[in-house]
Amino acid sequence: MSEYRFLQVTVVDGIALVELNRPDVLNAINRAMVTELVQAFEHADKDERIGVIVLTGKGRAFAAGADIDEMRKEGPIDFELADPFADWDKILRIRKPIIGAVKGFALGGGFELALACDVLFASHQAQFAFPEVNLGVMPGAGGTQQLTKIIGKKKALAYLWTGDRMTAQQAYDCDIVTRLIDEEVLLEETMKFAKRITRQPSLAIRLIKESVNVAVDVPLEEGMKQERKNFYLLFASEDQKEGMNAFVEKRPPQFKGR
Amino acid sequence: MYETIQYDVIQQVATITLHRPAKLNAITLQLNAELSKALKQASHSDDVRVIILTGEGRAFCSGQDLTLASDDVDYGDVLRTSYGPVVRAMEECEKPIIAAVNGVAAGAGFSLALACDFRLMSEKASFVQAFVQIGLIPDAGNLYYLSKLVGHAKALELSLLGGKVTAEEAKALHLATKVIPEEQWEEQVNAFAHQLANMPTKTMGLIKRNLKASWNSTLPEFLEAEANGQKIAGLTNDHKEGVQAFLDKRPPLFQGN
Repeated sequence: MSEYRFLQVTVVDGIALVELNRPDVLNAINRAMVTELVQAFEHADKDERIGVIVLTGKGRAFAAGADIDEMRKEGPIDFELADPFADWDKILRIRKPIIGAVKGFALGGGFELALACDVLFASHQAQFAFPEVNLGVMPGAGGTQQLTKIIGKKKALAYLWTGDRMTAQQAYDCDIVTRLIDEEVLLEETMKFAKRITRQPSLAIRLIKESVNVAVDVPLEEGMKQERKNFYLLFASEDQKEGMNAFVEKRPPQFKGR
Repeated sequence: MYETIQYDVIQQVATITLHRPAKLNAITLQLNAELSKALKQASHSDDVRVIILTGEGRAFCSGQDLTLASDDVDYGDVLRTSYGPVVRAMEECEKPIIAAVNGVAAGAGFSLALACDFRLMSEKASFVQAFVQIGLIPDAGNLYYLSKLVGHAKALELSLLGGKVTAEEAKALHLATKVIPEEQWEEQVNAFAHQLANMPTKTMGLIKRNLKASWNSTLPEFLEAEANGQKIAGLTNDHKEGVQAFLDKRPPLFQGN
């Protein structure tokens, strides 16, 4: 895989491990990093050897916010022309599972990145917050939308208006975090879970992701229809035949991702 | 660097001494700020494997400095912003913390001792659950720890009656790890601390973490936490050293990691 300036990407056992790599500034997110992130994700999405993407931060933090210097002097027209958040939209279009592992801070843009993951593991010491309001602004890369969809309007507003920190336990209790794990083994346990998913039938995995994402946004009846089409579609796959044959023959299935 | 406390590290033992002897080490906002800073410093320092919390002079700590109380103070906010960080710093510390209770520990001073892992008491020391006498509830984590250490009924009795607990009584209640005669005080506190400093520090932290996990977990959750803890302990150098020393029939030499 190509070299990145702000990321380290390692491929192991069908997993693309993407690590934010600016540890000296707690992985503060700049535009070039997001562009690289999208490149790495899209690359992994197309690479048939890769089943799952794991996203984490190098060093003490996941990502402690955005590079403030980069945007301090910007005006609305600069944003309109540069359209820096377009890259964030592309993250939503990644079809393979993105599993996040958060230790330390996930603040501002770092929190948005964590919310953009499909499944999120965090250490007991992880802390989340949207401190943008204290700088006179607000989240701009999906924070108000993603947070509200997960924790509901009233809790979301309280956190977004104050910029208060959310502990890992609080994030777990309101369904932002899937699992709390001891920091020492956070990445290892995350990779273990990712490895399990890589052994699953990958077409089913991505169509499940697509259907679940539809459930978040569209009316139930519409979602049911889309789910059904995806269900039918899987009957065209070799893995469906292998899975059902293996079940009948009482042996473990050998999935191929086809 | 610190004005209301002293911080010394000798042979991997950090000693934090509450240092307002003229005021029986009564707690001020500054003392709390310095104490939580020192606790974090000791927690994160690679040179420290054990922490002693003690008091200068006659007392361990006489609690909140009441001469600073005034009508417009919001006690809730004082706890949130001043005591809370101290208690959390102690709770988050994975190294053993010894309260070397050299004299009276009253009010929030008692609370500090309760948040420690061990309480070594001088024979002339005592605990005073003083809060109710001034019409306040025990604070700074007091009831959280006290009820776990002595049980609900005794915690309620001490708190409602506002009694004094002598060192011998504290020993009988399992509040004191050890009661030490005055003439052997320093020697025995140091021996206890250095014994701990030579033990597997990382593993002791994991034991603390697991014991605390048991407070708020269902059995399946706890068993999962235990599996994680043992996995981490199994990766330590001290585990390898412990096993090797056992096979070699020699005392282990733990490095703390």
